[in-house]
Amino acid sequence: MVIVPLLTLAFGVDMRYAIGASLISVIATSSGSAAAYVKEGYSNIRVGIFLEIATTLGALAGAFVAVYLRFSVIAVILGLVLLYSAYVSFRPPGGGPGGGRPDPIASLLNMDGTLPTPEGPKPYHVYRVPAGFSLMFVAGALSGLLGIGSGAIKVLAMDRLMRLPFKVSTTTSNFMIGVTAAASAGVYLNRGYIDPGLAMPVMLGVLGGSLAGSYVLSSANVRLLRLVFSTVIAALGFEMIFNGCTGRFGP
Amino acid sequence: MNQTNRSILDKQVEATIGTLLRTGVIVSALFVLTGGILYLTRYASSPIDYRLFHGEPSDLRSISGILNDALAFHSRGIIQFGLLLLIATPVARVAFMVFAFAYVRDWIYVLITLIVLALLVYSLGPWHL
Repeated sequence: MVIVPLLTLAFGVDMRYAIGASLISVIATSSGSAAAYVKEGYSNIRVGIFLEIATTLGALAGAFVAVYLRFSVIAVILGLVLLYSAYVSFRPPGGGPGGGRPDPIASLLNMDGTLPTPEGPKPYHVYRVPAGFSLMFVAGALSGLLGIGSGAIKVLAMDRLMRLPFKVSTTTSNFMIGVTAAASAGVYLNRGYIDPGLAMPVMLGVLGGSLAGSYVLSSANVRLLRLVFSTVIAALGFEMIFNGCTGRFGP
Repeated sequence: MNQTNRSILDKQVEATIGTLLRTGVIVSALFVLTGGILYLTRYASSPIDYRLFHGEPSDLRSISGILNDALAFHSRGIIQFGLLLLIATPVARVAFMVFAFAYVRDWIYVLITLIVLALLVYSLGPWHL
């Protein structure tokens, strides 16, 4: 998520190359850390694969639309998404509106699962599948348009709309990010937006970080992480909007 | 299928997915690293300006072109092959899940997973240019 602002703002890299390299970093992070998450058994593979229909469709749509948008527009949209991610990650998880009944679609598709806890498996239900599915399409479209993982929006859909437990939302989202980004990356590769000389250092650097990060996640100070993450993301969001509006990325 | 059997199956599937993803990332990283070292030893003294967009040459855009370049031991081709493997890693995960769901005769999920796989294969193909 920080790759495109970093490459374009700090290094002046062309937006298309930056998005291509960013998608590579997103796949590397997702797959690299998924390998570590998977042992914990939190992710819900049925919810994940079902929602991947929405995210891959969205990713294809976003990647196709990206060609017709000005860089300044893409920069401003990215800035807004960054600000939104900063805001969302600052709010405590699990604040979705309560009540209602578990979605019959979820029962039909056998989506309800169990959360591993120290006291043994704790069952949970899945709510509002159509709403979550729709928001996942948006998440996919933003991923294809901006070269980001859209993790914050995916977690939003699963955590708040579908009311999955927070750990289930984050780990399942992590799986889906790789598949979503792969759909976008395929389109970008065909268009010649993925440059080996630029993607190589980005991928290797990000991989080292994600492997290290996923091992400390369970013991990390979540509140502090959130604060740092939100601040950095918000600052980059303002930068992207400012530079987009002042025409630094072209008209 | 009862809940216990399902969660045991899900655990096995998840473990295999973990191994698959880890292997994919490590193998692709090795190709990218190897190609990167070759690339730097050959071209370190001639920096490229990424402020200007040229688009990649056609041989670095298609699967067959990338394979040819990598087999010819071109450094950029080897990196691009590694990147292609990385992109293929989540695709391989989805393909594996088709078999996993078929194995437990969960046909709705076989269909759902096939749809995702078809979208991914479509995205990698040259036909939408």
